[in-house]
Amino acid sequence: MAMDYKGPIEYSIELAVEKICDLLKASYFISKRSVALLLLQDDEEIREIVRKNESDTIDDIQKVVKEAKAHFANPITYELALERQNEVRLIIEKAVKIKKETIELRERLSRLTMNPITGIPILLLVLYWGLYKFVGQFGAGTVVNFLEGTIFEKYLNPFFIKAAAHIVPWRILRELLVGEYGVITLGLRYAVALILPIVTFFFIVFSIIEDTGYLPRLAMLIDRTFKKIGLSGRAVIPMVLGFGCATMATMVTRTLPTKRERIIATILLSLAIPCSAQMGVILALLGGNPKAMLIWAGIVGLIFLFVGYLTSKILPGERPSFYMEVPPLRMPSISNVITKTFARVKWYFIEILPLFLLASIFIWLGVLSHLFDFMVNLLKKPVELIGLPAEASKAFLFGFFRRDYGAAGLYDLNKHGLLNGVQLVVSCVALTLFLPCIAQFLMNVKERGWKTGLGISVFILFFSFSVAFVVNFILTRLGVIL
Amino acid sequence: MLTDREEEILEALWGELVEKKNQSCDISVLKDDDIIKRLSDLDYVEIRNSQIKLTNKGREEAKNCVRRHRLAERLFVDVLDIKKRLVHEASCKFEHLLHKGLDENVCILLGHPRTCPHGRPIPEGDCCKDVKRVPKKIIMLLSELELNKKATISHLEAQNQAMLQKIIAIGALPNTGIRLIQKFPSFVFQVGKSQFAVDKELASCIYVRLD
Repeated sequence: MAMDYKGPIEYSIELAVEKICDLLKASYFISKRSVALLLLQDDEEIREIVRKNESDTIDDIQKVVKEAKAHFANPITYELALERQNEVRLIIEKAVKIKKETIELRERLSRLTMNPITGIPILLLVLYWGLYKFVGQFGAGTVVNFLEGTIFEKYLNPFFIKAAAHIVPWRILRELLVGEYGVITLGLRYAVALILPIVTFFFIVFSIIEDTGYLPRLAMLIDRTFKKIGLSGRAVIPMVLGFGCATMATMVTRTLPTKRERIIATILLSLAIPCSAQMGVILALLGGNPKAMLIWAGIVGLIFLFVGYLTSKILPGERPSFYMEVPPLRMPSISNVITKTFARVKWYFIEILPLFLLASIFIWLGVLSHLFDFMVNLLKKPVELIGLPAEASKAFLFGFFRRDYGAAGLYDLNKHGLLNGVQLVVSCVALTLFLPCIAQFLMNVKERGWKTGLGISVFILFFSFSVAFVVNFILTRLGVIL
Repeated sequence: MLTDREEEILEALWGELVEKKNQSCDISVLKDDDIIKRLSDLDYVEIRNSQIKLTNKGREEAKNCVRRHRLAERLFVDVLDIKKRLVHEASCKFEHLLHKGLDENVCILLGHPRTCPHGRPIPEGDCCKDVKRVPKKIIMLLSELELNKKATISHLEAQNQAMLQKIIAIGALPNTGIRLIQKFPSFVFQVGKSQFAVDKELASCIYVRLD
């Protein structure tokens, strides 16, 4: 729709637009009129483009913009918005009839979710049933056990191993494909049997939550807290996704408006948000020990806020501002949820699968070159420093590449009675803060660039061990027995 | 009592000397003007080598004149809804009626606005320093509005263009009805048929008038 902008009689916005259009010589991807209107509204991107394209007339153009601004009391953006609003109002008056509104059930429910007193219990319920029960226990437990334990371990892996033995004559290449850390036996299995179901279940819950319109309500509940750590309520979306898969959530930080927020979110996701795979391990290790679980949750929560607060103080840039539409609560439609989940899983898989395959190549190289033995030895010292038996170093290194292996390592240690309650808490804290997996590391590098991505990872490596050291020191000194 | 012309000269001097921070103003053209002479005789201004400066007394008077003028502008735009291009003219006449005491009432009525509709600062009066004395206000910050009371947005005052653009994007524009639904932990309000959640900073850009 085209409309004429009015303004004072002696000088209209239209006049300025016409003058600028005459001065624009180059051709643009949008109409000259739009370029002129954007220039009048101080759009920086378009100003730079015009500056480059109109070297002859740029001074005259700027003169017109200045002249136009001088004729208006408010910024031109504001003037234009007012005129558009008037136009809209005229159309609506003619075309729309509005029924008298009443506060209905939906609105009551909406207020309950936004009031902190009722909203926080509702949030806990959503987390418990949606994330813990459905994604955690059913998706990451039952379904993964079936896919991984039965389909892959019993049928697919033996088949591929046999096939490779016939077709590929070189042992080293065979190792790469179907060895203990092979591209098929580890990379593909990990991606298809472990990550895919967890993420699919997570996306189902996420799509349902999203379609009910709950997320903006969560965002408004949490905005104040997030402001303290340099984020706005908007960041709640990647943070919630982080409980599913931190790698995917890091990808979603693209939706945050400033670079500063994206960096803070990436750090927090890598550091203090346990992904569903980590949660699985931690629940299994601490499940029978509520006191230890509480201490773990408290420490990780504190670290989340503390590191967020520090980075927001250190990183330069403006405070984020928060504004979000709160749509009415709606009943999600099943077909929408399915379509969305499917599209997301597909998109996620295309982005993630190569990373997992790459990870198995890295492990293959690491084992082949004995680099891993070297690194396990290197890790022994810090592992002992945080009060764990030296054997745990293998669990940490392999856990980085292969979560189930790392977990299994800790399970075994635990089963043999090598870990006491304090050591369990310490190892869980270290495991949570530690980079979740190599895919996350690669994603950090991909999204934030080499320098920042590597910097974040090195920081986390030292920080996670330091925190574990301090926790171990304090708990041991206090003589806590868990 | 100063004449209208004299007050306007003082206002112009306030703009040049205080707001633009010029050391002094050249008035060689106006040297023999009666008004300047009278202002000088009344000890409002000091003239040396065709350069004019405000005395302390003049400064105080100029500040009050500017305050009255800009308050008048706010009154016309926010309450009386006079079109912008008429505002200056009308305010020029009206400001001279707003003498001591009256300007305070208008200021209180408007909720101690910080800027005129053209974005220039309104000098603070005694009433602004002591906001507790405020009786029932007509124009107030959105954050001061009672929950679920119907109001109309009177104007926007953003610290920067980016914030203004966000509020415009929401559609919280002057003369639109607004109802505050919640204040904590974030501000939730209804504009038209939609609800929005914003933080305190953005909510403080919106001024409303009770219906």
